[in-house]
Amino acid sequence: MASEVLMPALSPTSEGKIARWMKNEGESARAGNALADAEAQEALASPAERPQAGESRMMTVREALRDAMAEEMRRDPTVFLLGEEVGEYQGAYKVSQGLLQEFGEGRVVDTPITEQGFAGLGVGAAFAGLKPIVEFMTFNFAMQAIDQIVNSAAKTHYMSGGRMRCPIVFRGPNGIAARVAAQHSQCYASWYAHCPGLAVLAPYTGADHKGLLKSAIRDPNPVIFLEHELVYGESFSVPLDPEFLVPIGKARIAREGKDVTIAAFSRMVKLAVEAAEDLEKAGISAEIIDLRSLRPLDLETISASVKKTSRLLSVEEGWPFAGIGAEIAASVMEACFDWLDAPVKRVCGKDIPLPYAANLERLAVPQVEDIVKAAREVAYR
Amino acid sequence: MATPPSAAEIVARFEIRHGRFLDAKGRALCPLPDFARDPRELVALYRAMVLARSFDAKAIALQRTGRLGTYSSALGQEAVAVGIAGAMRAEDVLLPSFREHGAQLLRGVSLYELFLFWGGDERGSDFKGPREDFPICVPVGTHAPHAAGVALAFKLRHQARVAVCVIGDGATSKGDVAEAFNVAGVWRLPVVYVVNNNGWAISVPRDRQTAAETLAQKAIAAGFEGEQVDGNDVIAVREAMSRALEKARAGGGPSLIEAITYRLGDHTTADDASRYRTDSEVSARWAEDPIARLRSHLLAEGAWSKEEEERLLADSAAAIEEALERYLATPPQGPETMFDFTYEALPKDLLEQRAAALSAPGESRGPPATER
Repeated sequence: MASEVLMPALSPTSEGKIARWMKNEGESARAGNALADAEAQEALASPAERPQAGESRMMTVREALRDAMAEEMRRDPTVFLLGEEVGEYQGAYKVSQGLLQEFGEGRVVDTPITEQGFAGLGVGAAFAGLKPIVEFMTFNFAMQAIDQIVNSAAKTHYMSGGRMRCPIVFRGPNGIAARVAAQHSQCYASWYAHCPGLAVLAPYTGADHKGLLKSAIRDPNPVIFLEHELVYGESFSVPLDPEFLVPIGKARIAREGKDVTIAAFSRMVKLAVEAAEDLEKAGISAEIIDLRSLRPLDLETISASVKKTSRLLSVEEGWPFAGIGAEIAASVMEACFDWLDAPVKRVCGKDIPLPYAANLERLAVPQVEDIVKAAREVAYR
Repeated sequence: MATPPSAAEIVARFEIRHGRFLDAKGRALCPLPDFARDPRELVALYRAMVLARSFDAKAIALQRTGRLGTYSSALGQEAVAVGIAGAMRAEDVLLPSFREHGAQLLRGVSLYELFLFWGGDERGSDFKGPREDFPICVPVGTHAPHAAGVALAFKLRHQARVAVCVIGDGATSKGDVAEAFNVAGVWRLPVVYVVNNNGWAISVPRDRQTAAETLAQKAIAAGFEGEQVDGNDVIAVREAMSRALEKARAGGGPSLIEAITYRLGDHTTADDASRYRTDSEVSARWAEDPIARLRSHLLAEGAWSKEEEERLLADSAAAIEEALERYLATPPQGPETMFDFTYEALPKDLLEQRAAALSAPGESRGPPATER
């Protein structure tokens, strides 16, 4: 009886092509014999096959980011990508797959290990009229480059009397990954959101990753684009229209509810949604705001929700002191104090260097049960 | 280290040349380059150096009387900035540090714009002349990677243009400068780095900055050429710059020029150098004054006269006075301007802050001077 032999997955995001059959029909084959040579082939839609407006496809966040960059690089020849391992290696987290092959090494630039060097070089290229996308292997390493980001990228438009612009995107994974210890696992959202001159984005869904990254690349200001290692592999339905954009500065209601508002960003949106399902069982209806944009912060959407629920919980992976939750709490107090029926509450990462040990790491990072517990406290139920 | 016992071979060597054409008395030490045989070219460089020095004197006087912010003079270092700009083409891009007004003036930044900048008015960096030149970089050396980025932009666009970045001796100890050199070398970018080595990083003398014999050799580690020139010999600076620019324009990659000069003045008007160096050291260095050196040469060549000198000083003073009057008569920037270029379009919270600043009671237009 004949049985089908399936093509193996050659990598998480690629398709394959049969290069050569090694067995002919009628020839005998045993388990473990090679049947064919297969080559990995990138699953990139060619620009000729332009999708129709409204069409979507399930894809990972990693693919959505790649598509966003590829579309913007096709659209604007001044857009280019630089960073460590972005070309030949296709990205340390495989976000830039296929870009070197499509755009060549002039526009997908592998750099030496020099965060301050390539961030500053990107800033200089932006001042000179290009639109660089600077990939940090992780935002932990962007600390070497923060002077270039804050002092040069964010301030020169002002300090040149409006003459010089810095249209640049600094992107890469941020936040708490899995088992990589204190120096490779922390959230920089509030560090950058503190600085005037920068826009700071931290999306969660695939569509938002794509639409916001495209908006960031087109934006005339420097933009910090915070991704998350543990979100890269998640799949979402993502619009294929190359003109699909998500506006900077607008939050998204991820789930409607009436009893308590939970504001979260990046991976914490996923946990907040899970928490909301648990809360539902306890009869508490939670409204989830996916902030998406941390600066500018969409205070209107947050306030409108607080005016509906009168209770607010903020969730973030980062440290509590002067964090995004602290900013939200203060802003909401200024904007709609009279609507609050309970003090604003924060769920944050523990105020410590993140432990490497698995048991301690779990305790240090917000979990679904922490969100459920805090939401019940703020709802007095 | 002791010599290794193995069959070791020498795998790399380097040498650093120190170039000069005129001695301290303005006498030619060797045949001069072509441009320097044309007295008109040398007179143009001379005029630019004198204007820069006159500007310095006026700027310091203004700071002392509260009409300008902290100011960093280039006294004694005029040949570096002027030699750099004298060799550049209009389409090249200058990324200056804070002692290069001699170069900025030669490239078309106005005296008025310089006064605005040093008075704390950002419109001084929105200069009308060389629109693509960078504003003065006050942080130390942070523009070194920017220069590599500008050069990368030229390279990607296939433009025969060069980025020129001036840093001080102290900046060569910084990581961002080393990283910029490294990337410029790896990608053979069309950039020329000039170290304006005036011997002092505020109070830290050159020999406390690095144990390296020269700063020029820092280029060798990054894989490109470095050389020294006598930074008080404007002919030597301009000649070395021309070679470096031509090489970069032709695709030959970066160069580093270490111009050896001396800071005859204080670090800035906020400094008193007499606290850390002796008067006798400073007065001995006046013998190498770049302006007197070129003047001696021009006088000996019959290309300059006492009358022309007097007229130049009077013309410089008059141009500075005119720019100063215009600066002092310029109303300070309104409160809205501190918000306007934070983003291309202002977000709601900044619009609110802007409106509040404009309607603040007692909002008045103060004097143009701001202490930095």
